[in-house]
Parts: sequence; structure tokens; C-alpha cells
Amino acid sequence: MSTERGVHDADMARQLARKPRRFERLIVGSLFIAGAISIAITIGILWELGSESLLFFLDDDVTLGKFFFSTEWSPQAGSFGIWPLILGTMLITVIALLVAIPVGLSAAIYLSEYASPRVRNFLKPVLEILVGIPTVVFGFFALTFMTPLLRSIFGSQVGFFNVLSAGIVVGLLIVPLVSSLAEDAMAAVPDSLRQASYGLGASRLETSLRVVVPAALSGIAAGVVVAMSRAVGETMVVTLASGASPRNFSLADDSLFGYILSPFEGAQTMTGYIAITASGDISYDTIDYNSIFAIGLTLFVITLGLNSLSRRIVKRFRQEYE
Amino acid sequence: MTDTPDATVVTPPTTVPNPGSGAAESGTSSAQGTGVIETENMDVFYGDFKAVADVTMKFAFNEISALIGPSGCGKSTVLRALNRMNDLIPSARVDGEVRYHGANIYDPSVDPVEIRRRIGMVFQKPNPFPKSIYDNIAWGAKINGFKGSKSDMRDLVQGALEQAALWDEVKDKLTESGLSLSGGQQQRLCIARAIATQPDVILMDEPCSALDPIATLRIEELMLELKENYSIIIVTHNMQQAARVSGKTAFFNVELDTTGQRTGYLVEFSPTDELFTSPRMKATEDYITGRFG
Repeated sequence: MSTERGVHDADMARQLARKPRRFERLIVGSLFIAGAISIAITIGILWELGSESLLFFLDDDVTLGKFFFSTEWSPQAGSFGIWPLILGTMLITVIALLVAIPVGLSAAIYLSEYASPRVRNFLKPVLEILVGIPTVVFGFFALTFMTPLLRSIFGSQVGFFNVLSAGIVVGLLIVPLVSSLAEDAMAAVPDSLRQASYGLGASRLETSLRVVVPAALSGIAAGVVVAMSRAVGETMVVTLASGASPRNFSLADDSLFGYILSPFEGAQTMTGYIAITASGDISYDTIDYNSIFAIGLTLFVITLGLNSLSRRIVKRFRQEYE
Repeated sequence: MTDTPDATVVTPPTTVPNPGSGAAESGTSSAQGTGVIETENMDVFYGDFKAVADVTMKFAFNEISALIGPSGCGKSTVLRALNRMNDLIPSARVDGEVRYHGANIYDPSVDPVEIRRRIGMVFQKPNPFPKSIYDNIAWGAKINGFKGSKSDMRDLVQGALEQAALWDEVKDKLTESGLSLSGGQQQRLCIARAIATQPDVILMDEPCSALDPIATLRIEELMLELKENYSIIIVTHNMQQAARVSGKTAFFNVELDTTGQRTGYLVEFSPTDELFTSPRMKATEDYITGRFG
């Protein structure tokens, strides 16, 4: 577009004018809608959970106090205290983390600090395949392999349904999550820190455990919290392996380690209760039906809390390396 | 601070090994006697690629030796071969011998960790740990089996920081992160950290290339002080720096072979004033007068 030098181009203003670009606006608009849909769905879920829960709490048999402080969950008897279900979820989550943190972190250290590139390129995808196995398969694994194994080790004190078997298998289920996130965090630690450590005469183990892991700690902690919220929300394994009876307890009368926290007894979890109840033939608008929404809301609040905790850990403790 | 290592693995030799071998390249009066580190016909490979060929040289005790040369000539590779830092690159391999106090550090029975405890290293970019200033220094001593009391450790940290000319600047903020310091201070912290493990050789890989001229000057002054107690080998891009601080300078060059591989080799290793005023080799003269490189 050549214009003669020094000559005023009357047409220039028109050439510089904004073009309509309708197609581009259409694309931007649809991108926005796609984003908005996911937010709308979240709001819809919250609305549904909230309104149905409200019906539950408005029922004469239920009070907020009983829901949050009673340690008995027997819908048939009209007792709706959430603690037995939270207890089941907590027991399984703790056992799962006791399995997943050492195994996952060791795997991450091996992959990031020891494995040759060839071994790593083979092992990482294999580990991540574990994530793709349907959880119902893990549930069967718990019921038909882990429980018999535990019973052969610990004897008949191990119930047919027990939280130990479910917890261990949920732990195995989240190992790839822990190892993958921890390995990412460790791979992000700059090599200059490793070289500094080796240059001071540190061995590989000292470098891994005392330089790389501390430097990656925020990412590792965030990974653990994400894995924890996955364990809290896990449904299939616990439904199959840990039974369908809530572990109702009385702090005054029951033995703390013999029963309340015993890994050998079964315990229904929040997710397990929802799955069983929702798939049973309960009728709409009964209190049982409404109760699953109240539990769903509680679960939602717990996992939301865990996820924002993980964000805060990353933000607060992120290490600047240089 | 001692200038001899506690020789638990590598025993200093009582006799002079191979008196003639190092003299071929260095060829001056200082070639007599044994060096703290000697290389003999050392080749360094990365996989099939020969990065450096046939390096024979002898580094004297309590001297600053500088390695200079154009980019890609392998001077950093040579430096990293001297304390087995190249081991961290899986494909790296060293042929020939590198002797530390007469012992071949590439002997299969030698633990590279023991080598690096005695031959410390300071890197191109300051790389303090994301820990406090105090812990940056104490860490190396701790992993090296420091058994003293808390106050011994404090003395050690203070001593190292004083030797690195950093104590006055940081004594009131030892608990702050090492990363809160300026670039030049960080590099002196890294030098202090290296000193604290009580090595007898310090390798420096372009230690001033990320620093401004004033910080560079401070590091150079520091090196001249440290020379009293340590043997220092420094890689530098800066010929003036080599001229200012070093007693001997090695000039490396790179040649292309018929397949296009670039292999570095040692051209000459002479007393610094000789190398810069009357180089023995034409390539050296061309490089120091700025005709290439």
C-alpha cells in the first residue's frame, strides 16, 4: 500500500478504520459460553444440594444439632447423626494416606532422582495407567484379594467388610496421584541446587532427601492434599469392601481402639451411604432421600476445603529458587 | 582451617609419581615436583562425542590456575572432570588419569562423594540453597559428618563467612534466606559454603560471569586471599581476570575433525605473565590478541 511521500492521503482514515470481524466475535462468544456452562453447572449442583438439604433439615425428626453432634446414623430409627459416616470416611482416608504417602513419595524420589531416562519413560506411563483402571475393579480387588489376605494375616478378628482392606486399596488407587504430582514438583527443582549439593560432597540420597524434597515440599504437600480429597470422595471401593453399616458409636461406652477406631471392623462412609441409598428403592421426598443431599453437601464442603487448602499451600510456601 | 585434607581415602603421596609426565605440556620450572591435581592423557567423552582430548597438566598447590579459551573448547568440561562432577551426566566418560595427591580419582574403588568433599566447587550462577544463610553454610558441614557442638558450628559458620569476606554484611541476618542476598553476596555465600566443608582445592566455573564489575572485583580479591590456604582452579571467559588473579594459565582451543565434531585440546599451560606477554604457541597469541574467540 504505497502512498506518495508528503502527500496527504484522503483515504487513510478509512483504511485505518476498525473492521467488524464478526466471525472472531462469534468464536469469542462461544468460548465464553463454554466457560460459563461449567460455572453454571457448579451453581446448579450447589442449588440442588442446598435446596434438598434444606428440606432434610426442615424435617421434624432432624435438627442441626443432632446432625452435627449425634454419633448414631440409623435412618430407619430416625437417627441422623453424621459422625459415624464421617468416622468411616476419615478412617479409610487416613489408612489410604498411610499407604499412599510413603509409597507415592518413594516412587517419586526414585523416578525423579534415580531412574535413568529410559526407565523413567517406561515407568511413568505404567504408573499412570493405574489411574485409568475403573475403581470398581479396585473394589473387587479389595474384596476378593486384600480382605482374604488380611484375614490370613490377622485371623478372624478381621471382618468380611473392614476399613483396613478398603483403606489400603484406596491408598493404592491414589499412589499414582501422589507420585505424579510429587515427581512434577521435584522435577521443577533446578539442577543447580543438585549440583551445589553434589559439589559439597553430598551423596545422592542426601541430595534427594535434604535438598530436593525440601525444595519441592509445597508441591508435594499440595499433591498429598489433592490425593486426600480423592480418597475422601472415593465411592466404589468403599461401598464394596467396607460394608453398608454405619459404625454407630458411643464415646462413653465403646472402646476407642477396640471398636471406634478399629481398622478390622467395617464402616460405611459418606459416599458409600449415598451410593447405596440412591441406588435402592427409596421414594422421592422421603427423609432418607433428602438425607443423601445433606451428606453430599457435607462432602462437598470437605473436599472444597481440602482443595482450597492445597491452593493455599502452593501459594504460601512456593519456593523461589533464584 | 587447614590446607591439607584429612586423608581417609586418598593418601597424599610420599614420592613423586611420574615426574616427567606433566612436564611435557607445562614445560617450565614450576613443573618440577608434584601438583595437587594432575591429569595425564585425559579424554572426556559425552557418549560417542569426544569433548576434550589428551589433556596432560599439573595444578600446583596454593596457586590460582586459570583455564581460558573460546566457547566450546571444553574448559568447563575439564574443570568438572577434576572432581567428578561429570559423573552426574549419565553419558559422560573419562579416559586417562586424573590424580589427586597422587591417587587416580577415576579408579573404580574411589568414591566420588569423597572426591567432592575434598575438591569443592563454585558455579557460574550463584546457587544458594533456599535455606537460611546460616543453614547454607552449616549444611555442607553437617553432611560431611560435623560432630561439634552448636557453638562449634556457629564458629565454623562465622569463620567461613569471614574467609569469604561476607560476615560483616550478613552477621545480623543469618536467619534470612540465602536468596535474599544480592548476586555478588550470593556468590560469596557459595564460596563460604564450599570453604566450610574444608576442601583443599576449590574449582570455580566462571564464578563472576553473572556479576557486575564491583562484585567481580570483590570475588577476585577474595580469591587472592584464599590462595594462601587453598589451591584454586578457575574457568573464565575474561582474559583480564585470568591475568589479574592467576599464577598459571592454560589456553584451550577447539578443532573440528573431518566429521564435524568439535573437540577441545590444551594448547599451552604457562605462567600467566609469560602466556600473555610471550605465548609459545601461535594459536594462543591469536586468541589473546583478539584475532579470534
